Amino acid sequence: MEKIILETKVPSGPVSEKWKKYCETSKPINPANKRKYHVIVVGTGLAGASAAASLGELGYNVSSFCFQDSPRRAHSIAAQGGINAAKNYKNDGDNVWRLFCDTIKGGDFRAREANVYRLAELSVRIIDHCVAQGVPFAREYGGLLDNRSFGGSLVSRTFYARGQTGQQLLLGAYSSLNRQINKGTVKNYSRMEFQDLIVIDGVVKGVIMRDLVSGEFAVFTGDAVVLATGGYSAAFYLSTNAVGCNVSATYRAYKKGALFANPCFTQIHPTCIPQSGHHQSKLTLMSESLRNDGRVWVPKEKDMRSPNEIPETERDYYLERKYPSYGNLAPRDIASRAAKQVCDDNRGVGPGGKGVYLDFENAINRLGKDVISARYGNLFEMYEKITGENPYETPMRIYPAMHYSMGGLWVNYELMSNLPGLFVIGEANFSDHGANRLGASALMQTLADGYFILPNTISSYLNTVKPGDLQDTDSCIFPMVEEVRTPVRRLMSCRGNTSPNVLHSQLGRILWEYCGMSRNEAGLLKALTEIKQLKEDFWKLVRVPHYNNTSFNQVLEKAIRVVDFMDFSELLCLDALERKESCGGHFREEYQTEDGEAKRNDEDFCHVAAWKYNAEDKPTRIQEELVFEHVPLTTRSYK
Amino acid sequence: MNKETRNYKILLWREPHGKVFFKGEMHGAFVTENISGISPDMSFLEMLDILNDRILSRNDHPVCFESDCREGICGACSLVINGVAHGRQTGTTTCQLHMRSFKSGSTIVVEPFRARSFPVIRDLVVDRSALDRIMQAGGYISVNVGSAPDAHSILVDKKSADQAFEAAACIGCGACVAMCKNSSAMLFVGAKISQLSKLPQGQPERYERVKRMVEQMQVEGFGGCSNTMACEAVCPKGITTKVISELNWEFLKMTLKS
Repeated sequence: MEKIILETKVPSGPVSEKWKKYCETSKPINPANKRKYHVIVVGTGLAGASAAASLGELGYNVSSFCFQDSPRRAHSIAAQGGINAAKNYKNDGDNVWRLFCDTIKGGDFRAREANVYRLAELSVRIIDHCVAQGVPFAREYGGLLDNRSFGGSLVSRTFYARGQTGQQLLLGAYSSLNRQINKGTVKNYSRMEFQDLIVIDGVVKGVIMRDLVSGEFAVFTGDAVVLATGGYSAAFYLSTNAVGCNVSATYRAYKKGALFANPCFTQIHPTCIPQSGHHQSKLTLMSESLRNDGRVWVPKEKDMRSPNEIPETERDYYLERKYPSYGNLAPRDIASRAAKQVCDDNRGVGPGGKGVYLDFENAINRLGKDVISARYGNLFEMYEKITGENPYETPMRIYPAMHYSMGGLWVNYELMSNLPGLFVIGEANFSDHGANRLGASALMQTLADGYFILPNTISSYLNTVKPGDLQDTDSCIFPMVEEVRTPVRRLMSCRGNTSPNVLHSQLGRILWEYCGMSRNEAGLLKALTEIKQLKEDFWKLVRVPHYNNTSFNQVLEKAIRVVDFMDFSELLCLDALERKESCGGHFREEYQTEDGEAKRNDEDFCHVAAWKYNAEDKPTRIQEELVFEHVPLTTRSYK
Repeated sequence: MNKETRNYKILLWREPHGKVFFKGEMHGAFVTENISGISPDMSFLEMLDILNDRILSRNDHPVCFESDCREGICGACSLVINGVAHGRQTGTTTCQLHMRSFKSGSTIVVEPFRARSFPVIRDLVVDRSALDRIMQAGGYISVNVGSAPDAHSILVDKKSADQAFEAAACIGCGACVAMCKNSSAMLFVGAKISQLSKLPQGQPERYERVKRMVEQMQVEGFGGCSNTMACEAVCPKGITTKVISELNWEFLKMTLKS
């Protein structure tokens, strides 16, 4: 078997000089030649829109794609809390080094140091750029930008726009994208879904897309392909992701030879609205910023009284008790597990005992209702719309839910996968968050990738290729299109009576049960068996309607995505099974300390596990060893 | 968990299936569906999901409708419910409507967003790309990556920042267009004009922007303001017709200046 050596391409030298050195030594492309290079960007969220806009500004010929009806609807829009930047505007001792250390530590030492340092370094420029674009961040009376605190950090470095930071940042990136569309450097295709990569002699040369309106397949050849297609949390069916989010692009790239890194690193967000019944199609996040002012508690013993009737002495503020220094601002993985523990102790609140209180009574008494309303008004309204309860009067009920995926396609320092010509940015890659992402870091990473990193690194690759050496009509592409058409035909011929949605929810239940907040070997093996069974049943049970042709067919779209979710879920469970340690969001019950905290195994698992697809055989696990030169490997403690 | 279940009669707008499909052609009709066993905690779209699963299992064609984030921020969901875009609950998108606000046994009428500039794709799905093209015409500040000064070098007083934010909250759903009897997009355009004209960063292109966006709005076939304020009544993000006054004022100033 061929041996793959993962070349990270991290420049030598001290960590703080690496990016500078990279930029100084990279070779730019002659401006007159740039427009000859066709770059394909799939996805128009924060990463995709910012990358497409920046590449357009540089003069490349860019095509961008989204499956939604407009680039502005990508799910980055739903990010609530904020974006981190080491500006130190609060004079509280923040700096790039501290943000770097917080992120490495927050990720439980499973991220690449050089990438994380670069992220921290670029964070300050992101804020500058977004302000210049007209993003209406929260401001103080003096006209300066305001900050707030977020989990996993002791300084106040989060910039925000009420509870709609993702929306405002995405509309900023979308406006830059629009400017380039107007200039003709970017051509955007909406309602187009990625189907496959075109790989010629091991080099990525384009994409096959499916036009969701006509149902036809379309070929786009290019000199580089950028996947900014987001994470795979929707594999769990119930998650905070949008109902359209899917793993198809990254999974199909994996099937074409790209390595999938650390799929088991999934993040469960501690503050979501608890599930109300089996009908539910998604879970709604309540921003982590609420933990700035809200206090998390459950009754000391099972108690059916309404929360306002439970006296102070009978409440257990368990985060404050267990983690006195971080308290309610403990990182997400820790807060989620703590919530699970109290509910497993039968002290949970609300229907089914799956919930804990997030209480604002103290904050409202201290600061007044107006201040709380200015900070979180829209979140409180959203909560009330969904649950019918008023959080100004009774505490919110929250429960952890599947939220974010730290794993993704493996990339080197240049954000290129092991397949030449395939770049992966934003949540779709694996690189910066290790085993757990800190709050307000996702927006930072997507925009660092799209605005600053990719536009600099892509030229190193493009310099090595001749522009436009493959035409859309090249005969070698026809069999590739046939290859993606076959499973679609098979789906259309299925004669069951179950919607793919229902089958997806069954997959989600398996994953949440055995590969959710805590995992063990027996459970993961069981999950693998059950997924295999579900995959067989799927083809017997599923039904896709016919409209005489393949045109606009939402059930078919969903069915195609569910097929990829099922295949991917096997990889997810396999990775969780092989990583015999607990770290960050990946908690293996066999590996825990006496007081129930995650127990890392740095001796055997201080590496990235990158999986290589092997058709019918088990995928190969390839390791990228992680070296921590600057932040010494220590046990995380938020106590 | 609420154990109560409810029943509804739903009048759904359907584009007839089985025909070869042409984008934008309207030859639909209402089809009646009865649905039972609905929990009041369900969202409106979850009720439609269940309806679709049932339609599919009787070997029929599920109704097409759009949604994505299902938390009221992406603007993908549309639907005119009982004659009102996003339903009668104010300040709410369709995906945030819950069945607890619909009486059991009642009839619910579901239609697409109707406007000449929003051709129907199928059933309840319409093409709102005209709104994108208006934004492409000028809804931005021209700044290249890498050229921005330090964020604190641009001071914005809190009042202007808050007002800009309120206008920027637009989710581009198009409910304002669907409810206006002139199918006017002036609330949508006004929101962007208001946001950018309030910020110091937006000043250099202020008049060019309003000119280009209004021109594109007319090219797309959106009508003029009907002065009925129906747009404000249905805007899920509470954007007020004040932004239309501002749009008119900015447009007037542009005309006088040129």
